[in-house]
Amino acid sequence: MTALLTKEVDRERTEEVRSPSPLRHRLSKLDNRVSPYLFVAPFFVLFGAVGLFPLLYTAYVSLFDWDLGADDPKFLGLENYRTLFTDGQFWNALFNTFSIFLLSSVPQVITAVVLAALLAANLRGRTAWRMGVLLPYVASLVALTIIFGNLFGPQFGLVNTVLTTVGIPPIDWQANTFGSHVAIASMVNWRWTGYNALIVLAAMLAIPRDLYEAAVVDGAGPVRQFFSITLPMLKPTLIFVIVTSTIGGLQIFTEPKLYDPSAGSGGGAEHQYQTVVLYLYQSAFQQLDLGYASAIAWTLFLIVIAVAGLNFWLTRRAVR
Amino acid sequence: MKRPSFVVYGVLAAFVLGSAFPFYWSYLVASRDNSVLTGDLTLVPGGNFFANAARVFDTIPFWKGLGNSFIVSGTVTASVVLLSTLAGFAFAKLRFRGRGVLFLFVVATLAVPTQLGIIPLYMAMAEFGWAGELEAVIVPNLVTAFGVFWMRQYLIDTVPDELVEAARMDGCSLWRAFWHVALPAARPAAAMLGVFTFMQSWNDFLWPLIVLTPDNPTLQAALEKLQSGYYVDYSLVLAGTTLATIPVLIVFLVLGRQIVAGVMQGAVKG
Repeated sequence: MTALLTKEVDRERTEEVRSPSPLRHRLSKLDNRVSPYLFVAPFFVLFGAVGLFPLLYTAYVSLFDWDLGADDPKFLGLENYRTLFTDGQFWNALFNTFSIFLLSSVPQVITAVVLAALLAANLRGRTAWRMGVLLPYVASLVALTIIFGNLFGPQFGLVNTVLTTVGIPPIDWQANTFGSHVAIASMVNWRWTGYNALIVLAAMLAIPRDLYEAAVVDGAGPVRQFFSITLPMLKPTLIFVIVTSTIGGLQIFTEPKLYDPSAGSGGGAEHQYQTVVLYLYQSAFQQLDLGYASAIAWTLFLIVIAVAGLNFWLTRRAVR
Repeated sequence: MKRPSFVVYGVLAAFVLGSAFPFYWSYLVASRDNSVLTGDLTLVPGGNFFANAARVFDTIPFWKGLGNSFIVSGTVTASVVLLSTLAGFAFAKLRFRGRGVLFLFVVATLAVPTQLGIIPLYMAMAEFGWAGELEAVIVPNLVTAFGVFWMRQYLIDTVPDELVEAARMDGCSLWRAFWHVALPAARPAAAMLGVFTFMQSWNDFLWPLIVLTPDNPTLQAALEKLQSGYYVDYSLVLAGTTLATIPVLIVFLVLGRQIVAGVMQGAVKG
């Protein structure tokens, strides 16, 4: 009965639409044609103005001797880049950035996959465990860095206290280049491993069960199953995780900036943990050399794009 | 499926304890005086937390920073969610010339590190007279490519084409179709986008550090000022980090389940 009634109403509606007033019809057509553009316009206008334009303009600024607050910048051509490529501090910052990036991304992805495999088990209190591993993700980065700076303090830090207690000589987590990289990478790992584990877990749970059942029939053990089914099926997710962590990792700033408060923006007395963005910050907002800092920014931009692309390609080949 | 062995629980428990420990350590140091720094390993809190917290309020404009962070993150979140849903709806459900190319552009910009444009952005803010004002941290963050992508992916499956068609048949304008059909349907994804955007904006540090002044900071920029100088008073500094962590922990306890779901859903959708 109700169905019949709805049908009746539908017919009435259709008739109404068939004979709309000409003005209304025209307005509706205009709406169809113009509105979609109005809907996407705010994004494109704003993104263009505050995202893309500044990025492109950076390339332009990098061609000048442009001091903060100065009136007429002097055109230098590629001079800033020439200086940059012979600047030891830049190469050092690049090395530090990659070193910290590798120390954080490689163990992190491996741990995340293992953690995801554990979380995929039929656990009691599933959601609570998932929340537990995600806890660091909500921590404020500034607070976290200050806390880790304290934990890794060379004299009275907890890490060294524990090391001394078990009979290992204390490490200077600030002055030692490798030590400082490990400390900074551990902040990144602490914050992001659980988050990435959940992403991998979601992908793992989406793998069809019958693939494993077929493998069991074929006599494949758990390890074989993991490498022949789980890992290949995780490929798109792993690419996503690796590429996003590359883009973020190469722009690391807060952790090295706040790691040792007395070091300021130098990244340690010998710049032993100064990263590229930290050097960019120091050049632009402390030495006020905007042209040179822009050359650093633009170079890093190209590196990020290249490395993200390379990662994408490598991960796709490696995890087949 | 059988229950896993206690080893699995043990490893997970160790991991969760490790995740929680830095928070606890922060409170531990904040609740004592600086004697904790001389290397004694007591893991019992002292009674000085409120005294140290009071010193935080005397040292930095904590409440001002907290208020500013709420204003900035709240505005940014509202804008990102609304504009992303609007654009996401158009990309998911409306037909228009150039849709494919424009969406490809959105996807391509997902990977662009726009943070590296800070130098011209700073010059522009100085030009507009916004340096030191909250506009300077709000305006550059009003949209994200990720938001548009995320909402489009959600709406494309969730809202049936027929529903939009029907609304059109009833004489709804596209705007009303958006408001009455797409927006209600988008609510779950919009809520998650909101939580993620809020947290990201709340944690932003580099840009507020550059463009805001110490007397009108966001919370993160204010915290940094606690440890400037040669001598770091850790019971003071970590009282500040503990105070700043309390709001996010409350959010996490209330919304944790949804945040977990959001992270996991993002993986499948993306």
